[in-house]
Amino acid sequence: MSKKAFRPDVDAPEWKGGHAPYDIIKEGTIAIVVVGLLTIILATFFGSPDEHAVTVRTWSNADPVDFAQTAISELNGTSTTASYGAPYNTAGDGQQLGPLKLAKWVGVRIPVNTVNDFIIKPLKSLPNEPTLDQNLATWTSASSAQQTTWVNNYSKAASKLTFSNGHVVVPSTNAGPVPVMIDDLTQMARSGALDQALVTGGGYYATDYTKPLLFLADSGYLANLADKQHLTGSQWGMMNETGQYPGQAWLWLYTFWYQVAPFNTSANADVQVWGLMMVLSVGLLLLPLIPGLRAIPRKVKVYRIIWREHYRS
Amino acid sequence: MSTTEIDRQWTTRLRKRVAGKLPPEKLLPDTQPAYVASWIYVFGVTTLAALSIVIATGCILAIRGPEWWHGSYIGHFVNSLHLWSVEIFFFAMIVHLWGKFFMGAWRGGRTMTWMTGCVTFFASILAGFTGYVSQTNFDSQWISTQAKDGINATGGGAYFNVLNLGQMLMWHIVLLPIAAIALTAIHVILVRIKGVVPPYAEDSEIAQ
Amino acid sequence: MAWLGSIIPLDHLGHYIHWHIVLISVSNLIVICLMVVTFIAALFAPFPGRSRRKESK
Repeated sequence: MSKKAFRPDVDAPEWKGGHAPYDIIKEGTIAIVVVGLLTIILATFFGSPDEHAVTVRTWSNADPVDFAQTAISELNGTSTTASYGAPYNTAGDGQQLGPLKLAKWVGVRIPVNTVNDFIIKPLKSLPNEPTLDQNLATWTSASSAQQTTWVNNYSKAASKLTFSNGHVVVPSTNAGPVPVMIDDLTQMARSGALDQALVTGGGYYATDYTKPLLFLADSGYLANLADKQHLTGSQWGMMNETGQYPGQAWLWLYTFWYQVAPFNTSANADVQVWGLMMVLSVGLLLLPLIPGLRAIPRKVKVYRIIWREHYRS
Repeated sequence: MSTTEIDRQWTTRLRKRVAGKLPPEKLLPDTQPAYVASWIYVFGVTTLAALSIVIATGCILAIRGPEWWHGSYIGHFVNSLHLWSVEIFFFAMIVHLWGKFFMGAWRGGRTMTWMTGCVTFFASILAGFTGYVSQTNFDSQWISTQAKDGINATGGGAYFNVLNLGQMLMWHIVLLPIAAIALTAIHVILVRIKGVVPPYAEDSEIAQ
Repeated sequence: MAWLGSIIPLDHLGHYIHWHIVLISVSNLIVICLMVVTFIAALFAPFPGRSRRKESK
């Protein structure tokens, strides 16, 4: 029977040398004490970040015009959420990885209708609002063509919106009930009632913040705050933390791809980068099985420093 | 019951198999091969130590619930301990990964040790991510609304909804800790069974 | 209990280094540099117990 050839990158020579005492429980105990002390020192000196959450209330009070403009984009279907596609709606095809339309194939599993969920249902929940109720009835009974005309007319005037005496003011335009709906929604937002309506729409106990977060993310307000903290995509934001805290340095390669061609201008960047990182991760996982890659440590010879005592003897 | 019948029992066969693969002297050895002589070897146990502190501080945060730390000085301090132990955990794990790569630590039938280590690394990143979106502050809002695009693009977002605090929190405190602990345990047991990888052979040794 | 808060507050806006396409926070850069320094130090630092290992051969 022929002896199997020794593969230096796959096989390890049998150790025929000596063994020395090594107290692994003591080592483990020392590790816990040292890491514990280091953690306490770092926590005492540096603490941890806790920037307050933004609410629809804080956003709409800080910038009621931006809120109103975001609200009309939810009505006219141009907001990011309204035009997203799967898993929220069928307004778009979503991203593609070559021929793979993964999100579209999985379909709508978290249905979000921005017109009903962000505007109509919350407004209908307000009690004792006869003027609003009348306008909502006008909206509901109108044909969809009529609704589109009103919304388009309001949208054309949206860049000229102002906020005065607690109301959103739109230049005169044939927008039917839409000006009252947007103004009342802004007041609802500024009171805090819209935050609650968006979360508890499905029931009293709610832990799902999908709708208020999508609404917040559609505005420029959250993104402006993030930009100041270097958290946006083009700022390598995935690696960063608010303030001067260290962030997630281990995500450096994931966010790197977003900064370079072709990903930095691709409409399918997210799924492409994901696909690439999956390939690289599988590469790391299967490294022992990949000739060439698994030979790097033997060729680079850093091991001669680690095992220098062994090689000297 | 006859001896043969006892030997054939699942319990007996499992016990003998486990004891054969991992007798007490291998599970808790009192010696190591003489080539285990470098500080690079301490980063595995440092990672384990950091993981224990991450879990312990996480348990303290769980005692008072996810909102506690926003309004309590002690709570905020425990949150800080949790954050910094996570930073130390990733720091040590990656230095450990670099060391193991340059040692070619998958050699000699240790492929599964390498692979369980990698999967633990990926699971830890996911655990850290679900922790970030469970903070119930601005960070969670920003990270979740950004990350959703990447995950949605793969179709996974339909089932793993990063905007759903309840779901993310339960993945973070139940499913992922179980996965991380199980994977770490398998990884460490494999190291104990196979032993620490020997040095690369000198050319003269291979020629023999 | 305020002493349990941070002695060196890191809540102010971070400092960033911009070099070509790389934009990295000073904090992250410090962490990465520390990792590299720690790795190199671990490779070269003498490990105790040499005489015990010599006796074992």
